[in-house]
Amino acid sequence: MSLLKIRNLRVEFGSLAHPFPAVDGLDFDIDRGELVGIVGESGSGKSVTMMALMGLIDAPGRVTADELVFDGHDLLKLKPAQRRKIVGKDISMIFQDALTSLNPSYTVGFQIKESLKVHMGLRGAALEKRALELLELVEIPAAKSRLGAYPHQLSGGMNQRVMIAVAIACNPKLLIADEPTTALDVTIQAQIMDLLERLQKEHNMGLIMITHDLAVIAEMAKRICVMYAGQVVEQAPVADLFRAPRHPYTQALLEAIPEHSKGARRLSALPGIVPGHYDRPKGCLLSPRCRYAQDKCSQERPALLDGVRCYYSLNAEGESTHG
Amino acid sequence: MTTQVQIADVVPSYPSPLKEFWQSFSHNKGAVVALFIFLCVIFCGVFAGWIAPHDPVEQYRDHMLTPPSWAEGGMSTFLLGTDELGRDILSRLIHGARISLFIAFMSVLMSLIPGMVLGLLAAFFPKGAGTVIMRVMDVMLALPGILLAICIITILGPGLINTMIAIAIGTLPSYTRLTRAAAMAEINKEYVTASRVAGAGALRLMFLTVLPNCMAPIIVNATLGFSSAILETAALGFLGLGVQPPTPEWGTMLSAARDYIERAPWVVTMPGVTILVTVLSINLMGDGLRDALDPKLKRAA
Amino acid sequence: MFSFILRKLATVIPTFIGITLVAFALIRMIPGDPIEVMVGERKLDPVMHAAAMQRLGLDQPLHIQYFRYIKDLAQGDLGISLVTREPVTKEFLTLFPATVELAICALLFAVLVGLPAGMIAGLKRGSVFDHGVMGVSMTGFSMPIFWWGLILIMYFSVTLGWTPVSGRIDIEFDIAQRTGFLLIDSWLSGEEGAFKSAAMHLILPTIVLGTIPLAVIARMTRSSMLEVLREDYIRTARAKGLAPTRVVVVHALRNALIPVITVIGLQVGSLLGGAVLTETIYSWPGIGKWLVDSISRRDYPVVQAGILVSATIFIVVNLFVDILYGVVNPRIRSAK
Repeated sequence: MSLLKIRNLRVEFGSLAHPFPAVDGLDFDIDRGELVGIVGESGSGKSVTMMALMGLIDAPGRVTADELVFDGHDLLKLKPAQRRKIVGKDISMIFQDALTSLNPSYTVGFQIKESLKVHMGLRGAALEKRALELLELVEIPAAKSRLGAYPHQLSGGMNQRVMIAVAIACNPKLLIADEPTTALDVTIQAQIMDLLERLQKEHNMGLIMITHDLAVIAEMAKRICVMYAGQVVEQAPVADLFRAPRHPYTQALLEAIPEHSKGARRLSALPGIVPGHYDRPKGCLLSPRCRYAQDKCSQERPALLDGVRCYYSLNAEGESTHG
Repeated sequence: MTTQVQIADVVPSYPSPLKEFWQSFSHNKGAVVALFIFLCVIFCGVFAGWIAPHDPVEQYRDHMLTPPSWAEGGMSTFLLGTDELGRDILSRLIHGARISLFIAFMSVLMSLIPGMVLGLLAAFFPKGAGTVIMRVMDVMLALPGILLAICIITILGPGLINTMIAIAIGTLPSYTRLTRAAAMAEINKEYVTASRVAGAGALRLMFLTVLPNCMAPIIVNATLGFSSAILETAALGFLGLGVQPPTPEWGTMLSAARDYIERAPWVVTMPGVTILVTVLSINLMGDGLRDALDPKLKRAA
Repeated sequence: MFSFILRKLATVIPTFIGITLVAFALIRMIPGDPIEVMVGERKLDPVMHAAAMQRLGLDQPLHIQYFRYIKDLAQGDLGISLVTREPVTKEFLTLFPATVELAICALLFAVLVGLPAGMIAGLKRGSVFDHGVMGVSMTGFSMPIFWWGLILIMYFSVTLGWTPVSGRIDIEFDIAQRTGFLLIDSWLSGEEGAFKSAAMHLILPTIVLGTIPLAVIARMTRSSMLEVLREDYIRTARAKGLAPTRVVVVHALRNALIPVITVIGLQVGSLLGGAVLTETIYSWPGIGKWLVDSISRRDYPVVQAGILVSATIFIVVNLFVDILYGVVNPRIRSAK
């Protein structure tokens, strides 16, 4: 049984009469100890999916799903108080900008200990010891003195380590990292990635790594899930995806990685932006931007078949399979 | 491999700034109603001589303390009743609008313009002039508005012009500080540097390059300044330090009416309601203005 | 922390010197001959005039006069009232507690009502309660408080007869002054009904003086709350699985209150200004009424002292608020 099973997740914003689906019929699975990457442009619904999983979508946003099962609990059927016993303990999340994601008025120590107190019931010396242990686990030097520091006194990389310490405090079974390195310097990025990978292996956590940059997770993830406009458009093992992308969108993303465009005069870029509230196409959501689009594409929406959502999925040579 | 895709041609049609402003302003229903009320008050003030049914200082000795027309003993000629000297309250209120608006307008102007100049100077020359200006403003800010006005009235004596001066001096620091803060934020931006490199002089930089980009907060502050000037004029009038009777000023009217609280409540009620409605409508308008002018807040709501 | 306080103190000193200059200049800027203005008579005997000039030190050069003024100030000497011939300091000390008592009650009223109202309005954005709070606070903010005071008298004192019209306590009570705060003194005196009388006298002035601060605090708390609730760290707190009350009380409230503290400090200015009007309406024997009466009596040393004292209170309170701000906001403390 998988650790997390999502079936037909839908997250809508806007009025009931004119809803805007930020996530539209999403299916997703992850196993214990698995590392999965979710990739897509801004606005593709990656973060919203994870926020829905964490129960962070507020009214007027609406979350529905056939199944949202984590570790045997259907999260949507739980009472809020019961759900909070899982969220922050067994599932936890780290965010893009660590400095703004930490409360400026409290010390780092307070913010780490808070989860430990609420979820594990730790007190006194045991609490102190565990907090220190966590800071050492995320490789923060002079950990003892850092416990009393405020977020604004630490560097960006250091704050992200603190965020990770907060997230892994209760030994979660699933950790979600939402673009954890986007706000950091390149050298620090690699360090944080290595740290996350090490922690994931050591603790046998499920790790969902959200990013808009395929290159970042190419080396780490076993499986990649590509999202576009609130839908999964392709799902495949990393090696297959890089060798032979089957969805035109995946192909475009790969072409946008500088290493893949060697020799080309210009870096390839997908024209246009993700459709918004008012310009959502009737057919395939990518059809207005797709170089292979046919008449059918703009009329009907394709389903996710065999890990790809395209009528004319690409073959191994990167060519469209239409007539 | 890199076949270009034609994106559907969209000709973007951007609304003119004025239209865009009106669109976001009219989104706020309260602000539109407030604007309408305020325009009515302005209309009354400007055309007071034609609208007012009576001469505001004419004393109808036979009809002293006549209640409003709908109350028992009221007369239809005196719609809102008469005061302790038999003067028509409605006419006095209408003429009062002219005085209050005039004082408020002039005092805003008299503090806005020097305030902007001083603020720009303080921003452009932070070492010399700036320090001196801001220290002086700190001193002025240490005296709460009405106390500073009292202080100035003590020196100059009461009266219409002096009320204007007192209020203008009292609000000067807020414009100076605001302009300085806004200008300081703009001064390091690339477009200013570009203009400087292109050889623009200090005056041109100050007034043509930087100032227009600082206007949004200043305009909002000016609306608030306008409403507080009306309140302060009335407060000074009430204390007997402002416009002197028999000039029909709202606060001065209230001051005289205090003794008739029991016998003639309308003499107290009417001027106060007028002040409240006027000030409220300006403040609501100011709120609408702020939301419409401040791009940061624009989409947040 | 100590150096932070010292830094703040240093910024206040020039302002205070400026205030003494203003107060000093005030008397000398009144048009006309100072002695004639003070004595209130014209065409004084030249000998008497010269004697008066010498007595008051007005024949000295200005900077000498100023230093003398500062020296007197340092010794707590604010001059002699022209009307009562009493030392201004003495009069001030008997009147000051009345104003402080009123101002504290008004501020408490404003904070105790405004803060929770603004907070709930922010948490329940768009609800009927939110619209109600915003409407009421907008009206309160636009209120001419001298009129508001009259209306309250008209309704509660004249029509209903619930509250007294003016003063601090009914005349039948003769309360010995111990603290100067009548609420405390009347309670200490043990006289039956004295405390109730003092409290009843306080209600209307408190409401009137507290109205504008209340409106400002409610609005500020609401918008600050809304802003903080959008912050990333609130999302983090919720992602930790904390209960909604804990998210609000521990994580949102503390940050939301930081700007509100500054606003409360600034309200002290509005209280001082408002006290002038409120005390006039309710014949409240405090420094606000004293100041206004002195202007009409042309008692310039009192006006001078009143201005100086009000400004000093304002400066000191805001200094205190600045320091408090540093205590609650760790980012400010370490900033230069």
